[in-house]
Parts: sequence; structure tokens; C-alpha cells
Amino acid sequence: MTRRVRLALFLASAVGLAVVLGFALAGLPGFDADLGRYASFVASHAVSQRRGTNSVVDVAFDYRAIDTLAEELMIFVAAVGAAVLLAHARDESDEGQAADLEALRAPSTSDLLRTFGPGLAAVAIVLGVYIVTHGHLSPGGGFQGGVILSTALVLVFVAGRTLAAARTRPLAPLEVAEAVGAAGFALIGLGGLVFASVFFENFLPLGTKGSLLSAGTIPLSNVAVGIEVAGAFALVFAELVDQMVLGRGGDT
Amino acid sequence: MALAALPVAVPVIAATLLAALKPFDPPRRLVLLTSIGTAAAVAVFSAILLARSGDETVLLWFGAWTPRDGVALGVSFAIDPLGAGAALLAGTLAVGALVFSIRYVDPSDDLFHALMLVFLAGMVGFALSGDLFNLFVFFELLSTSAFVLAGYQIERRAPLEGSLNFAIVNTVGSFLFLFGIALVYGRTGALNLAQIGQELARQPPDALVAVSFALLASALFVKAAIVPFHFWLADAYAVARTPVCILFAGVMSELGLYGIARIWWTGYSDALGHEGLRAILIGAGVLTALVGALMALAQTHLKRLLAFATISYLGLFLIGVGTLDSDGLAGAALFVAGDGFLKGTLFACVGIVQHRLGHVDERALQGRGREARLVAALFALAALGVASLPPFGSFLGKALLEHGASTVGYGWVTAVFIAVAILTGAALLRAAGCVFLGLGEVEEMEDESDVEEGEPAGETEPGRTPVVMALPAAGFLAAALAIGVIPGIADAAVRAADRFLDRGAYAGDVLFGGSESSSVPQPGLGPHWYDWLYAAISCAGALALAWVLLLRPAALRGARRPLAGLRALHSGHVGDYVAFAVAGAAVLGGLCAVTLT
Amino acid sequence: MSAPALVVAAWLLLVGLYGVVTSRNLVHLVLCLGVAQASTYVLLLAVGYRQGAQAPIFSDIPTSAPVVDPVVQALTLTDVVVEATVSALLLALAVQTRKRFGTVDPDEIGELHG
Repeated sequence: MTRRVRLALFLASAVGLAVVLGFALAGLPGFDADLGRYASFVASHAVSQRRGTNSVVDVAFDYRAIDTLAEELMIFVAAVGAAVLLAHARDESDEGQAADLEALRAPSTSDLLRTFGPGLAAVAIVLGVYIVTHGHLSPGGGFQGGVILSTALVLVFVAGRTLAAARTRPLAPLEVAEAVGAAGFALIGLGGLVFASVFFENFLPLGTKGSLLSAGTIPLSNVAVGIEVAGAFALVFAELVDQMVLGRGGDT
Repeated sequence: MALAALPVAVPVIAATLLAALKPFDPPRRLVLLTSIGTAAAVAVFSAILLARSGDETVLLWFGAWTPRDGVALGVSFAIDPLGAGAALLAGTLAVGALVFSIRYVDPSDDLFHALMLVFLAGMVGFALSGDLFNLFVFFELLSTSAFVLAGYQIERRAPLEGSLNFAIVNTVGSFLFLFGIALVYGRTGALNLAQIGQELARQPPDALVAVSFALLASALFVKAAIVPFHFWLADAYAVARTPVCILFAGVMSELGLYGIARIWWTGYSDALGHEGLRAILIGAGVLTALVGALMALAQTHLKRLLAFATISYLGLFLIGVGTLDSDGLAGAALFVAGDGFLKGTLFACVGIVQHRLGHVDERALQGRGREARLVAALFALAALGVASLPPFGSFLGKALLEHGASTVGYGWVTAVFIAVAILTGAALLRAAGCVFLGLGEVEEMEDESDVEEGEPAGETEPGRTPVVMALPAAGFLAAALAIGVIPGIADAAVRAADRFLDRGAYAGDVLFGGSESSSVPQPGLGPHWYDWLYAAISCAGALALAWVLLLRPAALRGARRPLAGLRALHSGHVGDYVAFAVAGAAVLGGLCAVTLT
Repeated sequence: MSAPALVVAAWLLLVGLYGVVTSRNLVHLVLCLGVAQASTYVLLLAVGYRQGAQAPIFSDIPTSAPVVDPVVQALTLTDVVVEATVSALLLALAVQTRKRFGTVDPDEIGELHG
């Protein structure tokens, strides 16, 4: 179709969809309604049942842990997928450049960045670890903290250090970390099956509300997810940067 | 029941372990053993679940969060025979597909197998789940693994484009899915399908309920390649590797229709009107079936031909689901199973041809398949099976489906079934005649349409068909046959469908742990004499049309012009595809809002 | 009272889709998908919002205090992860497209048709 026809088709459809959505959205309860029965139960019972104070994390890692497992696997697919979709890009013309990859990997950065980068990375690591481990107590959790941890790794790269030493398998620790984190979460679920009665049942002692070691398996799940997310995002970033660096070397 | 989580948990753990081992270069045998073994385990677990769920729904509440006062707190797997059957189909096809892939040696094999296992886990989770958001999450998981698997041979350009179109259109579908979920949750405060059904049945429906269903259906229509959401499928299936195509065509797309049936029957069936939906679904199915069949006839690229044949049959399955009747649904289930295996055979045969001869287009292959006699036989038999040759499972399913359709006043769809069987059967037989017998006059291949294939290069082995490739092809054909001849399978299917349709019993099972099961023993079901007649007409028609296409092509030259218009719409441009999808969603939303409330 | 939030959600979806349909650059297309995905976040959170309620973190507030819907927030979290995954994969595909086709303009990539 020509651009014009496509645009016309889309605009007509968008108007139609807008009308349809309008009627549908109008039926939603407003901001003054009561919470639904599911939500009110969780809000009122999450603390007493799991001793964690962050009910969102309770929902994500306990009530609906299987959703989070699938979601975590998606991050796994993203990392593996990026590796698959980009690694095959190394054809013959790239092989020659791979030898210079080490040299190319450290792009020119300013002194400022090189000086403060590691410091910022350290702050990011501390913050990331805090958010991951305290997910069951205050806003945060494995996903959020994991992303912050991956930015620490990215900062280290940007500040001029390589992500790993070996040229042939530069990304191995990240790949292992990422897969182990994903497996870890699934194994925690399996632990629920083995040590309690059902997959993903919370089988560790619940502890007291507000303390770090409370809410049973939830902090452990947070840590597994944090490791996985950090590894996965750093891996994706590294793969994309590899492509950028090779490309830069390729077509000048 | 603990077993219920294993068909998902085991492939997940296996996949992550394979990926974790990759930097350490595990031996290839170990990788293959793990992946094939895991797929086999999934099939076995699913079979056990199929048997156990025969009497009552198998329930697993994750985290031991059982419902309180009819409010579901956790996520459940609610497994009934149709769901377990879908999981079994996925597992069995996966075993065959992974065995087929033994021949491909690839440096990132471990990742390929890890992805296939995650894909399998996603499909099985989707089939077993009883929670709307959990369905969405597994839907996304299987979709994202599928994007990557479609784009696997990324050195070529075609897989790249196929994967892009697939990913973008499916993502648009997922937006619609989420809008639907948000609307339903806003109205009912629930995510568990049984609970949603309870809440929606309480009040008269309004635009919100109808539109939310339309949005959920649109998203699943994208997956199931129903017109006008179907454009991406031909692009993706034409370029993916054979083991991946086997799963795509055999079970992934069909799961979209399973999802619609599940969501409708457990959630909306006591809230929205049935007559209107019947018309909409059957109409969409007929349109899809005809478009797919016509486009299949126009293809010379074997995989693209199979892709359009798949689209066409998805339309037929939708007709079965759309009858909103237990015979229709049971027939569709058997039809899906039988046809899934037949498609597996066809894709495996094309894969073998590609492996031996290095091409996938009829024009380059004409006559070169003469020595591949086993492959030719399997392909021809499967093509006839697709044209509803008895006693394949597809024949039985089709017969049952047509009964169901006439019970609800849509008996005329039989004509559509016959027409589609003739058209797609002819397209397949024509391809077989061209490649394996050298028949037909074939145009010169223009250079610019020399679409690069998505299979490993430099591996052609003209002399023999490898056993690991022939075995799945023959095995799938045998399975398709088995489905047609297992005694009592039609009865079992109808009983399963009756339970699938019974929203009250499902809700009782899931939320309150026990219900009155009202399955009435059916009289012996089987094909009637006229079904054999229709099958004969379809097969004869397909052979006749194929003969005309091969030996007297001038007779049909007049059909080229209108067909060219249809072909032009399939432009390969993702903007077109998304525009059509939005149009489809708007139309579906409007139709549902108007006719279902 | 919730109309503005819902209108924003619908608008984001349609504008994002407009961007996807008319895009001339795959990276731009991925970002438009991100915009459209944001509409789902807004919608989900709007469905869960309650006037005068607080965040569902109970470290300082009693369990009986009115809070917004925590379930919907967990769903949104999952949604964000889905978008991140898809964006990562699509961007990888865009990089490959540039490499294989020499362009990232959807209009010019056209091997599969008919």
C-alpha cells in the first residue's frame, strides 16, 4: 500500500478504536470506588500473612510468584535472544576486527568520567544491593534493584574499563550469572514443592515484620531476580555495544 | 496436585541450566539428551494430566493460596482434558522437532535448545493456566521466545524481516490484551478466570464487557493469524527453521484459538450473547480460510505455501470454536491435533528437501526430488490428509465439527470446508507433483524474488535422507493417523468439550472445590456416510485441481488478476500489517459492542 | 474523576500506534512501541488508583489504612519487564537490519511479499 492509503486506513481505524475504547473505558469505576475483593484482601492481610511490609512485592513474589517466574524468564529470553540475534552477526569481515576488539572496547572517554565513573558505580552497587535486599520492606525489589546494579556495570564500561578480561569469552560471567539467577528463582519455587507442599509455597520461616530476614523466601527470590536482571541487562548492553564498536571499526 | 507444575518447571530449569553451561562448552550429546529428554518428560507429564483430568479438573494453586470465600488469591492451573491435550500436543511435536534438529550443527546450539525449551514451557503454561493475567504472561513468554527462534538464522535477510514483522505485530496485540485485562479487572476486581466468570454473570453486560472481550480476542487473533491480523505469519513461518516451524504451525497458532475458547467459556459465556458471537467468529473463520487457501495456491516457495495453508486451516478451526457448541469444539480439538501432526509431517518433508537439495522454491526444485521417494510418499499422504482423507484425525475432527455447525444452524460451512480442502490440497499436491515428479511448466525464477532460505547452508546431502529427519516425519504422520483411529476418541472429546463449556461447573471446581459434573453419556459418535462422501469429493477435487494446475495451467490464467490484488496486500511492510490489525480491532470491538450486549 | 487518566491512556495508545504505522526508522518504531506500551501502564495504574489513599507499603501506616491497589502495581511491574524484553530484541533486530539491508527504513526493507 502507498503511504497515503496506509495512513488513511490507520486514521479511520484509530477513530473507530477510540470510539470503541471510549464507551468501554466509561464503564470503569471511578477513583472513589472501593477496592475489589482480591485487592482488599491482599492489602489487609499481606502483612499478617507474610510479615513483609511491601504488599506489591508480596503479590509479585508470593501470591503471584508464577507470573514473576514467567516474567523473569522473559528477561532470560531477552538476554539469550540478544546474544543469538547479534552474535551471528560476526561474519568473516568482523573476525578480522575482533582481534582489535580489545583495543576498540575502551572508547575515548573524558578524564572526568574515568575518575568519577568507578565512584559512581560503587554508589550504584550499594544502592542496587540495598534495593534488592530490602524489597520486601520498602518500595523496590529484585527487578528495580537489578536494573540499578546493571547500570553500575555499564558505568564501569563507560568509564573505560572492559567488562571482562578474556577476549574469546568476554561475557561468560554475565551469561552464567544471568542463567543462574533465572534457575535460582525456579529452584526456589521447586523448593516450595519439596519442602512444603506446593510449588512456590513460602517455606522459610517468616520472621518478624520489618526485619531484614523476614517474609520467608521472598528476600531470596528478590536476590535471585536481582542477579538475573543485572546479568541480563548488562549482557544485552554489552552485546549491543560490541555491535556498535565493530560497526565503528567497520565503516568509517 | 504437584505434578501439574512440572510440565512448566522442568523445561524452565533445564533451559536455564543449559544456558548456564554454555560458556563451559558442554558436549553436544549432553545438550541434545537434555533437551529431547525434557520435551519427552513434558509429553509424559501432560499425558498423565490428561488421564487424571478426565473425571475432574486438576487444580494447582501456586503458593498454596487457595481461594477464601470464593475470592481467588493466588494463581491457579486449572487443567481439564482439552488443556492437557493441548499441552500433550505441544510436548509431542517438540520431541519430534528436537529430534529433527539433531542434524543441524550450530555453534549456538545450547542456546537454541534452551530457547526451544522455554518456548515449550510457555506454551504448556498457557494451555494449563486458569488465571487471565497468567495467561497473558505465558502468552508473552512464548511469543518472545518465538521471535528469537524465528530469527535464528540471522545471517540471512529473510529471517530478519520475518522476525521483525512477527515481533512488532504481536507486540501490538499484547497492548490490546493488556487493555482488555485492565478493563475486566476494573469491572470485576478479579484475575482468576472462574472468578471473572462469576462476577460477570451477576450483572447485565455493557460496552465495557463486550469491548474487553473483543480486545482480548483481537490479541489472540493476532497469534492465531485470523484475517486481518494474519499478515505476519507467512513472513515468519517462511523463514524459520524447520523444527521451529513444526511447533509454530502445529501448536503455537492453535493455542491462540484455545485461549479465546477458554476465556469465552470460563469468563464471558454467561454474560454476553452467543448468537452474535457465533456469527462474528464463523464469519472471520470463513474469511480466513478462503484467503489462506487462495494465497496458498499462488505460492511457489514451499514454506510460504505451507504457511498460508496453516492460516487457512486456522480459519477452519475458528469456525469450529465459533459454533459455540460442544460437538463443534470437540471436532475442532481433534481436527487441531490431527492437522497439527500433518503439518508437522509436511514441514519435516520440506526440511528434508531443503537439506538434500538446498532450495525451498518449486521453481528451483522442479523434478529434483525424484529420488526422495520416501519423502515424496510422506508428503503426498500428508497432503491428502489435509484434504481430509480418511481415516486421519483431521477427517474425524472435521466430521464432528460439521455436525456441530449444522446443529446450530450453520450447516452451509460444509461447503466452505470442502472448497478449502480442495484448494489447499491442490496447492500441496501441485507442489509435490512439481518437486517430486517434475511435472508442470514452471516460470523462470526472477532474481529479485529469490528469497533466501532460513536453513543452514552448505549442508546439502543429496544422497540420502537422514534417519533423524525421516523419523519425525513418519512419526507425525503415524500420530495423525492414530488420532483418527483410536476407539472412543470422539466420545472422549465431546465429553471433554461438554465440561469445557460448563462455566458453572468450572467455577464450582476452581473456587469452591467440588461441583456436580453433568456429563451425559453420548451415543456413539462417528462419521456418517455423508462425511465419507464429502471427504471423497475433497480428495478427488484436490487431485483434479492439482492435475489441472500442473498440466493445463492455461485454463486458470483468468484467475491471476484478482489473486494479484490479494497478493499485493501482503506487502511485507510492517506498517501495513499494524494498520490492518488496528482496523481489525476497531471493527471487532464495534461488532462486539453492538451485537453482544 | 478518572476521565483524564483514561483519556491519556487511550491517547498514548493511538499516538504510539500512529508512530509505528508511519515510521521511517526502526529505532523510532521501537520507541513508538514504548509509547504505546506506556498507555497500558497508565491504564492499569488508573484502574488501581483510589482518591485519598496511600501507597501500599505498610512500614509506617497501619494495615487498615486505605491504600491503592497493590495487585495492579505488580501487574504493571510485569508489564514493564515485558516491554523491556521486547525492546531489547527489536533493537537487536534493528542493528542487524542496518547491517544486512544497509538501511533501517521499513519502506526499503522488502524481501517478503506476495
